[in-house]
Amino acid sequence: MSSKIRPVFQAVWTALTNGYVRGFMEGKIYQGESKKLCVPGLNCYSCPGARFACPIGSLQAVLDSGQYRISLYVLGFMAAFGVLLGRFVCGWLCPFGFVQDLLYKIPIGYKKGAGQRKGPEAGGKSKDGCTSRVKRKNLPGHKYLIYLKYVILAFFVVILPMTVTNFMGMGDPWFCKYVCPSGTLLAGIPMLIMNEPLRGAIGALFSWKTFILVVVVLLSIWYYRPFCKYLCPLGAFYGFFNKAAFYRLNVNEDKCIKCGKCQSACGMDIKTWENPNSMECIRCGDCKTACPTGAITSSMEELIRELKSKGSKEVSS
Amino acid sequence: MKLRALRYILLLASAAMIYAGITTGEAETVFRKAAYICLECIGIG
Repeated sequence: MSSKIRPVFQAVWTALTNGYVRGFMEGKIYQGESKKLCVPGLNCYSCPGARFACPIGSLQAVLDSGQYRISLYVLGFMAAFGVLLGRFVCGWLCPFGFVQDLLYKIPIGYKKGAGQRKGPEAGGKSKDGCTSRVKRKNLPGHKYLIYLKYVILAFFVVILPMTVTNFMGMGDPWFCKYVCPSGTLLAGIPMLIMNEPLRGAIGALFSWKTFILVVVVLLSIWYYRPFCKYLCPLGAFYGFFNKAAFYRLNVNEDKCIKCGKCQSACGMDIKTWENPNSMECIRCGDCKTACPTGAITSSMEELIRELKSKGSKEVSS
Repeated sequence: MKLRALRYILLLASAAMIYAGITTGEAETVFRKAAYICLECIGIG
């Protein structure tokens, strides 16, 4: 069910948070008061349509300003989103996650071999209803590469912006400047198309960032969400909250038959029956859809069920 | 039960952090960055 709702939800959310149409028409950015507020997902504030601020960009902006040792304001937003939703943000509320989901739907890059099980994201069903085509999920070295995003969070988002400073004590937003492909795609390219004076300023840095974007885009066609798995500092941060967040997954041990269908369906390749609140889980819900016994439920569903049963008891009494 | 309490404590702490950030002027710093084109972010330099 969620695999049908999710793309629509992601599209609506992206349109709502990036709905400043005038920005796209005139090559300018929104300057309203809402730019003080952070959105949950990675959403460049220099995107012509952005109505809010990116938490990772904002965190670096405060830290590299030379005025603060820590950003209570931005970390407060990030912690609030984390404790409420955890990496649900990645699965449902991140524009760049949505872009990667769409790229993974492109019907090329299937693994050779037939008769293998696939995830609902991968596509490709044969006439007899059995799935015969399957896409790769992980890059080679996956189990080590997943730690790269924590290194990026520590160094590119916190340490380098705070420590590598000019004579005025100001640093650079290292992640935004040297890594973030979301900024290049959602802000850099539209801005350069619409804003002629900026085109004259293109240099080696833009070439580097375009190179990163092209690599991430190509990998996203072959592998499921490589940026989220290996590079995203925001996903790394929210991952710490997955176990404690209000939104969690639960596995009913009595119902679970340990068939492994949840892992097969999971683009992040998580053994849901063993670790339903893994730091890597982006809460897409594909495991719940794939579970043949309905053993996997979310805390949200349990809350709704509880409220409904309370309501019906009150009505009957 | 402990985890449930922790969640509410974290949520309250987050709200307190946001409020503290507003009082120290961090919200304005974020606004100044977000309301103007960030050349580094878009790859210009």
